[in-house]
Amino acid sequence: MSNKNDGQPVIDKVWNLFSSITFAIVVFSLISLTSIVGTVIEQRVEPEKNIKLLTKFVGESFAPTAYRVLDSLGFMNMYQSWWFIALLLIFAANIVICSLDRLPKIWNMIKEPIKPVPQDVLNAMPIKREILLKTGIDKAKEAVEAELKKIGYKASVSQEPDGIQLYAEKGRYSRLGVYATHLSILLILIGAVVGIFFGFNGFLNLLEGTSSDVAYIGREKEIPLGFQIKCDDFDVQFYGKTDRPKEFSSWLTIIDNGREVVKKQIEVNAPLKYKGITFYQSSYGFWANENALFKFSLVSSDGKREDVMLKFGESFTMPGTNITGKISDFSPALKMDASGKPYTYAEMMHNPAVYITFSENGEFKYRTWILSRYPQSWRIPDGVVEFKDFWGSQYTGLQVRRDPGVWIVYLGSIIMTVGLYASFFMSHARIWVMLKDDKKNTKVSVSASINKNRVSLEEKIEKVIRSLSH
Amino acid sequence: MESSQFFGISSVAYILAMVAYISYLVFKNSTVGIVASTITYVAFVSQTMAFLLRWREFHDLSQMGWIRSIPLTNLYESLVFFVWCLILAYLIIELKYKNRSFGAFITPIAGMALAFIDISGMAKDIQPLVPALQSNWLLVHVIMSFIAYANFSIAFATGIMYLALTSENRTSGIYIFWTVILGIFLAILLAMGIDFLTFKVAVKTPDAFIKSHLFKATFRSDSGFMVMLSYIGAAAFMFILWRFGYIFKKIIASFNVSPDLLDDLTYKNIAIGFPIFTLGGLVFGAIWADQAWGRYWSWDPKETWSLILWFVYAFYLHARLLRGWRGPKIAAVAVIGFFCMIFTYLGVNLLLSGLHAYGSG
Repeated sequence: MSNKNDGQPVIDKVWNLFSSITFAIVVFSLISLTSIVGTVIEQRVEPEKNIKLLTKFVGESFAPTAYRVLDSLGFMNMYQSWWFIALLLIFAANIVICSLDRLPKIWNMIKEPIKPVPQDVLNAMPIKREILLKTGIDKAKEAVEAELKKIGYKASVSQEPDGIQLYAEKGRYSRLGVYATHLSILLILIGAVVGIFFGFNGFLNLLEGTSSDVAYIGREKEIPLGFQIKCDDFDVQFYGKTDRPKEFSSWLTIIDNGREVVKKQIEVNAPLKYKGITFYQSSYGFWANENALFKFSLVSSDGKREDVMLKFGESFTMPGTNITGKISDFSPALKMDASGKPYTYAEMMHNPAVYITFSENGEFKYRTWILSRYPQSWRIPDGVVEFKDFWGSQYTGLQVRRDPGVWIVYLGSIIMTVGLYASFFMSHARIWVMLKDDKKNTKVSVSASINKNRVSLEEKIEKVIRSLSH
Repeated sequence: MESSQFFGISSVAYILAMVAYISYLVFKNSTVGIVASTITYVAFVSQTMAFLLRWREFHDLSQMGWIRSIPLTNLYESLVFFVWCLILAYLIIELKYKNRSFGAFITPIAGMALAFIDISGMAKDIQPLVPALQSNWLLVHVIMSFIAYANFSIAFATGIMYLALTSENRTSGIYIFWTVILGIFLAILLAMGIDFLTFKVAVKTPDAFIKSHLFKATFRSDSGFMVMLSYIGAAAFMFILWRFGYIFKKIIASFNVSPDLLDDLTYKNIAIGFPIFTLGGLVFGAIWADQAWGRYWSWDPKETWSLILWFVYAFYLHARLLRGWRGPKIAAVAVIGFFCMIFTYLGVNLLLSGLHAYGSG
């Protein structure tokens, strides 16, 4: 691969280029360096953000120009740009050709089991030890065989003109590790391509109680699901009294051909999969609407209890009394300021609260805020209004994905694990032991070679020699 | 005793160990060496205790089961765990090669991490987990990533030692390379120390610290004179290192550390770190992301930088195994890899935004 003649056909020149390690290193570097730009420039955000960022580097006057130049080169969405994809394809081609270029030689080595070799080859081995045993050659052969077995090698025997040769090897197939690793990178890239072309990645915001048979990509594009998905309920749990969510989950129902086929509670890290489409819990939000229902449990002063469900603006009567309450205001996240005045501090339902106006026989009595997360606010002069739930005004944010390539990616990951293990933690070791008659004694010469981790083999052979000499 | 007390003991002990190892290197007194090792063992045991106790505290608090309550969920905990992995790897090397001279090059990395914790005033309390982090993958993903980080850090230390030991004259590129790298490393440590003395910082988050305090006493001072002085000081510091760098060479050589051993250690650490990083960092990270976010790869800055880091070490391995690169060239790649690692680990969380942002708390 290194002799570059001018007379070579173009295809050979391209082959040589792609199979060279220098080329691979150039591709590694290009992918890395351009990727760095992509981590500094925020991807797929509004232009103002990156113009502001560029101002820091090139100053205010040049920032818009710099932005235009970078934008036209695709840096604002660079991981999807044609040239970055091209780099990844070149990387893939490089891996394929490098592997094909080197595989035949290695394959021959793997195909051919170890054979007895002549003395001059043995002399050239990187590891050599010798010892003289005071036994006959047959006894010596048995001893060597036993010792090799102890270190995990099963020896074959060959009668040579000048003596007996024992030979054994281990880890022949570990030489394939590096090719498995290369193959796995290819599989992962193929899996990604399959996912891009035959899958989709969309989202769906479902209000509690509603259903949909499409998901969305961006603002416009609708993707038909082929079935209906309904959000029965949504709930967030917080850590203590903070607004840090501990867990949020949706209760979903899949309706296929008018039949309820799946009912499942999903949460972050625990998605729902149906007919190849996966629904991930990704976000949530508040969506004020008049159909939402407040669920209260009313308890009067003398202990009578009644559960009610009301819409905004509707009224209830405390059980067994003439006292009525009307929901006159609502806040998704209520807080009191320093002077005790309530205000809404977030768009999310961090702390939903209702403002209830109480009347007795139609006469105004008092008004109070009832906060769902603060039971002490439920107590009123005429009993308790337990704020149980507020249903139909929260939506669950679902990430909706179909990725038929993901199993290829996973397969690639498994092969990569095996390949890396074989490449770094296994080695191909070969041992030849020549036994020669030497006046009733036996001369034992051990020769060995290994493609990596030489020290460990040397230690093993040392052990064999030590045992034999006892 | 509580975990924080054990952490306190171990932090102080590691700093003492660093001083002891450096003294040992300078004075070559074997008693000092034994003291250095003893302090390190005490610190390590204490830190292990602290880690296990904190694990239990987190477990009792979060009620999420043992696997999910491993205390590795914010920057403070991860830095502490990084130090633990690093020292573990170092102790294995010290025992195996019966040579204490590496300590003087590895314990300063631990010292720098611990100093950064104290200077930046990052939150040390146990914080509840956001939903995305509540997964069994947390344990394997984070532990394996940090084992690899520790391997890469050791490869950096042995790489620098290799360069110091083999570079011949002061005008050679390699000599300038290692003295400047070591100079930058020590200048940053020094500047952070000056920040600490000047401000006695008490900020809430590392973000706020970097914006308002980092290098404010020196390189980013409001006074132009101070800025100039800092750069001159740093340059002078590097010049001194460059001028007297050969002393390092003599010292390392006097400990019977051969270039071959250093080269072998650098390679071995990368050969162990690389597959662990690939599997634990990239593959398990992707599987987890697939479950939590519905995407196995989203070119988030942390992912992208991990990939860059992966390419750098893949480059090291290919250059060495296929091209037969040996000597200073390959050691320099290991040194550069470490800087990519630091950026992947800290720089991304502190300077860039993205999905992994919770690591910056």
